[in-house]
Amino acid sequence: MIQNKPVLFTVIVFLMWGLSGCVPPQPYDYSNYRNHMPRSLFVMPPTNDSVEVDAPYIYLSTITRPLAEAGYYVFPVAVIENFMKENGLQTPNEMNAVPLEKISKITGADAVLYIHIEDWGQKYAVFDSTTVVQARAKMVDVKTGMTLWEGTAHAAEGSGDGGGGLVGMAVAAVVEQILDSVTDRAHKLSGAANKNMVVNRTNGLLLGPYSPGYETDVRGR
Amino acid sequence: MTKKISQVSIVTAVISLLLISGCAPKNHSIYRWGVYEQLIYEMYAEPGKANPDTQLAILSADVERTLAEGKRVPPGVHAHLGYLYYLQGNKAVAINEFSTEQALFPESTIFIDRILKRLQGSNNNDSK
Repeated sequence: MIQNKPVLFTVIVFLMWGLSGCVPPQPYDYSNYRNHMPRSLFVMPPTNDSVEVDAPYIYLSTITRPLAEAGYYVFPVAVIENFMKENGLQTPNEMNAVPLEKISKITGADAVLYIHIEDWGQKYAVFDSTTVVQARAKMVDVKTGMTLWEGTAHAAEGSGDGGGGLVGMAVAAVVEQILDSVTDRAHKLSGAANKNMVVNRTNGLLLGPYSPGYETDVRGR
Repeated sequence: MTKKISQVSIVTAVISLLLISGCAPKNHSIYRWGVYEQLIYEMYAEPGKANPDTQLAILSADVERTLAEGKRVPPGVHAHLGYLYYLQGNKAVAINEFSTEQALFPESTIFIDRILKRLQGSNNNDSK
């Protein structure tokens, strides 16, 4: 009985290790990604399934930082978006239809990050509301068209977490104020969702050439 | 015996805490981000809150601060500055900023060359 104690502790340690998220349940297949390691990422303005028309642009304002901190050159998102508009592409849907060869020729980008917003904004229940941001992202190699990586950005926050709720709603009687705070909340959630998606050790982005950890990132090697 | 077990418990607890706190070492930022992404957000979410001149003043002061702190300016910032100067009609400084982006990040060469060609082209045919 007493001799079994160390064994029991070892088992507990391994259980906690597993729970803490260090052991990937299924290793992500990074082989295509590693074989076509991009230096530069072109973020395509997102397509949007939500009713919030500003969602693609708010999303765009929160994606550069995690990608650049992961070690990639990220093309200037607003400059690119305006550049495409000036060239006659008015909506994200039109922009997403631009062929890879053309993106390559005009920008020289190594990979394109396509984003599809699935859910965005406030969901109402009877007494409560939740703000949700959910998007799927896909990184495509510009030269081969091969998918290098796919991920999901998700974050949600209940009205109780953000000082909203019934009392908050009563105070915020002006409609504009409510709209503003929802936009702002979705904006913050979008930043958190993108960061989590990118830095995830199990299925996030590999560290890129500008990252100090580039050489020591063993994933997919 | 009891003492031994409690020692093991402490070790277990410490190891568990270390593991729970995350395996990866804390990484420091490569860049100082400042106001860049916040400006992009406001540009889209609250158009009209700040005109290009104001945005330009805020962003260029922010870049000064980043450089004064000896930190690195993130990818895209100099190009964004260039774009704001272009909107303002200040093509010479716009060209300068786009060129800085290109020098800092050679990955942008093809795209920036395209923009520079346009700017220089429209400079030559400037009717203003």
